[in-house]
Amino acid sequence: MLSLLEQIIPSSTVALIIFATLPLALIAVYALFAIWLERKVSAHIQDRLGPMRVGGWHGWAQTIADMLKLIQKEDIIPTNASRFLFKMAPFVLFAASYAAFSVIPFSSAYIGSSINIGVFYLLAVTSLLTLSVLMGSWASNNKWSLLGGMRTAAQMVSYEVPTIMSVLSVLVVAGSLNLMTVTEMQAGNDVMGFLPNWLIFQNPFLLVAFVIFFISIVAESHRVPFDLPESESELVAGFQTEYSGMRWGIFMLAEYADMLLLSLLGAVLFFGGWASPFGEFLSGPIWGFIWIMLKGMLFVFVMMWMRWTLPRYRVDQLMEICWSFLIPISFVNFVLIALWEMIF
Amino acid sequence: MVHVLKKSWTTFKTIFTGMGVTMRHLFKPAVTLRYPEERDELPAGARSKLYVNIGDCIGCKLCERACPVNCIEIETVQATKDVDLGKTSTGNPKRFFLTDFVIDMSKCMYCDMCVPPCPTECIKMVPEYEYSDYDRNNLLFQFSEMSENEVTEVKEKAAKEKEEKRKKKKEAAKKKKAKKSAKASKSKQNKSED
Repeated sequence: MLSLLEQIIPSSTVALIIFATLPLALIAVYALFAIWLERKVSAHIQDRLGPMRVGGWHGWAQTIADMLKLIQKEDIIPTNASRFLFKMAPFVLFAASYAAFSVIPFSSAYIGSSINIGVFYLLAVTSLLTLSVLMGSWASNNKWSLLGGMRTAAQMVSYEVPTIMSVLSVLVVAGSLNLMTVTEMQAGNDVMGFLPNWLIFQNPFLLVAFVIFFISIVAESHRVPFDLPESESELVAGFQTEYSGMRWGIFMLAEYADMLLLSLLGAVLFFGGWASPFGEFLSGPIWGFIWIMLKGMLFVFVMMWMRWTLPRYRVDQLMEICWSFLIPISFVNFVLIALWEMIF
Repeated sequence: MVHVLKKSWTTFKTIFTGMGVTMRHLFKPAVTLRYPEERDELPAGARSKLYVNIGDCIGCKLCERACPVNCIEIETVQATKDVDLGKTSTGNPKRFFLTDFVIDMSKCMYCDMCVPPCPTECIKMVPEYEYSDYDRNNLLFQFSEMSENEVTEVKEKAAKEKEEKRKKKKEAAKKKKAKKSAKASKSKQNKSED
């Protein structure tokens, strides 16, 4: 992809910049679509219609209108807030989740950076999210924000453990940290003669690993039922209480970007990434992109669906789920997967 | 470990039950009424805006008295003898000019108590509920159809007639008194003659 861009565009720097901003365009379009979808899904689950007015068919332009409104809003910074940190927090948050996109293989022809430590890099960079949440909550000079930020930090640090354990169990089977290699491994249709070579079908214990992975990515992108950081009823809006206008908008954008990032990671690790479910049929760089986005969007949809079904957990329940259920199960599961790999 | 597995099983079972319910609702038709384009039909007996058919009003002020929040204000002037106001559609004779008939809908509490006492069924609730306004004064509904000049004319006329009546009465009373006194003096005379 980069070499193709370099052929078209004379300056290699410009080509590199365009190459690097492609995921940004994707995130922007996806966020506009996903926020609209979220509202639609929530509305229809509650037998409502949701946005219907702005932009003709089923209010598709609602998010654009909301964004324009957010841009025009007053940018309020509380007195005695740490101005620099306060201003930087949403951008650090977005930068962290954007940087992680560079190792996601979007199709067989596009990956930001095909480095050998792909998954490791991704997990390391996403842990910056905790930092930015703490930055924002500390800098906003508000007790409740700080409490919300502390909760978020505790939650994200705790759920990092089961995420990493389930990712590790995939890597034991795949034998590579490079996400492109992991995907290429899963191309084709060989399991029991007809199923695709996806890792989820290759090993029964990987299904357990996937369930643990899914629960922990929901917690890491702080979505319901683990949306304690912004639990409106107890904490006003958690760490983002003092944020207004487009800064708040960037927090939202980062949340949706995070959702997509972790969903795509799940698709790559367990469901074959850009590999087609029909073997050679409907495969190729463009189809690959469509397949990975479909798989990612499916997880995003399930997260939305869960949001409108499940009630929110209490903090102690949240920690109990993580430390006394997910972590022991994931450790045992990890050992079982390793044994399975040794035997077969 | 067994405890953990058992608890996990219950958790997943309940989660999937709930998700099944929400999934079913995802494909149910919405109950939303898209208001300005679509309107719900009001049920019979719905209470909304008050309306007065002023042609049928006989100025009895029963509705004014029935109103618990005093939102109806009626001012009447008795018709002079030379005017015939006619009859209402229910056959009651009209005897009063309605110089003022105001309903303050900003005070109205939609109790419907003014409607049953009306003998000619001229005050009633009409199925119209979209009349909110930015100015309270626009919620004062004037039903009297008389202009200011007509009102003053009618009032003067009525006052004149009243004055005349009073004078007549006075005169009659005077006459009566005179008659009485004459009679009295006559009897006195008779007495003195005796």
